[in-house]
Amino acid sequence: MLDNYIPIFLMIAVGVLFGIIMVKLNEWLGPKRPSEEKLTTYESGMEPVRTARERFSVKFYLVAVLFILFDIEVVFLYPWAVSFKSLGWLGFVTMTVFVVILFLGFVYVWRKGALEWD
Amino acid sequence: MDLYAIIFYLFAVITLGSATIVVFSKNVVYSAFALLFALFGVAGLYVLLMADFLAITQLLVYVGGILVLVLFGVMLTTKVFDVQMKTKTIQMVPAVAILGLLSGTIVGVFWSTDWYISENPIDVAKTAPQIGNMLLTTYLLPFEIASVVLLVALIGAAMIARRERKG
Amino acid sequence: MDILIASTKIAVVLAAMLTSVVFLVLVERRMSAFIQNRIGPNRVGPYGLLQSVADVVKLLMKEDIVPAKANKPLHDLAPIISIAVAMTTFAVIPFGNAIELFGTTIKLQIADVNIGILYILAITSLGVYGLTLAGWSSNNKYSLLGGLRSSAQMISYELSMGLAIIGVILMAGTLRLDVIVEKQTEYLLGWLPAWNIFLQPVAFITFFIAAFAETNRLPFDLPEAEPELVGGFHTEYTGLKFGLFFLAEYMNMITASAIVVTLFLGGWHLPYADMLGLSGFALSILQVLTFCGKIVLVLLFFIAIRWTLPRFRYDQLMSLGWKVMLPLTLANALVTALILLAF
Repeated sequence: MLDNYIPIFLMIAVGVLFGIIMVKLNEWLGPKRPSEEKLTTYESGMEPVRTARERFSVKFYLVAVLFILFDIEVVFLYPWAVSFKSLGWLGFVTMTVFVVILFLGFVYVWRKGALEWD
Repeated sequence: MDLYAIIFYLFAVITLGSATIVVFSKNVVYSAFALLFALFGVAGLYVLLMADFLAITQLLVYVGGILVLVLFGVMLTTKVFDVQMKTKTIQMVPAVAILGLLSGTIVGVFWSTDWYISENPIDVAKTAPQIGNMLLTTYLLPFEIASVVLLVALIGAAMIARRERKG
Repeated sequence: MDILIASTKIAVVLAAMLTSVVFLVLVERRMSAFIQNRIGPNRVGPYGLLQSVADVVKLLMKEDIVPAKANKPLHDLAPIISIAVAMTTFAVIPFGNAIELFGTTIKLQIADVNIGILYILAITSLGVYGLTLAGWSSNNKYSLLGGLRSSAQMISYELSMGLAIIGVILMAGTLRLDVIVEKQTEYLLGWLPAWNIFLQPVAFITFFIAAFAETNRLPFDLPEAEPELVGGFHTEYTGLKFGLFFLAEYMNMITASAIVVTLFLGGWHLPYADMLGLSGFALSILQVLTFCGKIVLVLLFFIAIRWTLPRFRYDQLMSLGWKVMLPLTLANALVTALILLAF
């Protein structure tokens, strides 16, 4: 079993190394002529106002919350999907109950306007 | 040292190293990103324990979901980035007492437990279907309760949206 | 020995992918030029074939500018995460049937794991961090917005992607990609190949749309929408670090096409190929070529879409993901299970 994963570990290592080498190679080969003006944020455009690290819409946070909740549902669905034939109708009915309960929540969230992006 | 051990120590170092950064970094965003590597390392350890479905779930839910949430949470907080968090040492005596008690318990459990080592290796090809079978038969009630818990969380999420609208 | 074979496979796949990107970029530029009635790059080498090579060399020799207010270590880390994720996703995709070589049977798949299909989802979900990190570390409002948008967009469409896949898993009864392909080599009604595109059309369409969103391609390229965000998350990147994001995007495109081919278009299966009476080895080669051919077709479709459709508004994008795709894929999963159980 582990043998099957060693190529994956190897590939991750290759990917990371490739990235590091490329970044370092560029740092090494490229010229270095920094100037104060060149290193300003958004150099050739307009002067940025204040810092970029400001608050942003809570919507993004809400999307992440909703994602986690549904992601957990999806993760529960996978083991069922693999063995649903042996579980038969009983498995199907229990899964449907599970999904319907969550779908009620989904409808509620929708009606409350959490899915509107305005 | 065989390949297995090398990979194990590699993941252990990744996990513990990043976990150290999570705790000791003075920049919250650094901590949040270090958590990415800590969780990833744990997923690798799960793979070594032949729990591949668990490893994937770890990546999907924790790394792919909860960490995004943590990052958004950190980024939502104003002016938290450039503030140097000061960690002063206060309450020395109770802290040491609690630390000793906690780590003592963990070490005690670690030594006193009769660790079960499976004689025959698990049939890894069946981890996912087995989990499915167990969830929908033996552990049916906790499974359905999980959906109710998720429902409650969804309703809670809708509250955030409503507050946003008024403001 | 096993490690040697695995390393060879990795080297071959990565080399093939990197070369494909070189040509893919050129094909995209030439095709867009054709669509827009321009000529496109045709100077470097015959037909402009070496244009991308020249571009890589140029990027390599460029100055690596890190803005003074940016966070240097994270600014460096972001493209590394992006490219590492892009390079590892392909690991579980079978690019051919087993092949006989020097007396040993070699599976044409880098890592043969039991949870293959979920591995792809999990690794893809790591891709968010490259973009978010790039956006945040640049300390630029456009970058930050691009990074945020990309994370919100990618997680939203990941759900539909995950749910669409359930239809395929139900059909195959397994998470293994090689078995999923094998199931598709059968024939329906005796003549139609049992590809999932015919059996799971809803899953196919939703998965394909989600694949566009996950690769940040038009009409879903909100993270780098030029007219509103300058360059999005990579506004403050120069040289090869920018190049790595670019490379990652194209590699993701190739991988996404490969996944679509594997899950819905029969993978390496060439219908009626066994009637040609080819020897085992020749047949294997033919199947690998079939796989590549299918990927090319999907890629051409990707490119044609990019230069044909306008970009979504962000609220349209989010409502499509949450209000249309999510219920649709969920319904598809349940209906598929119902039908499979009833018959």
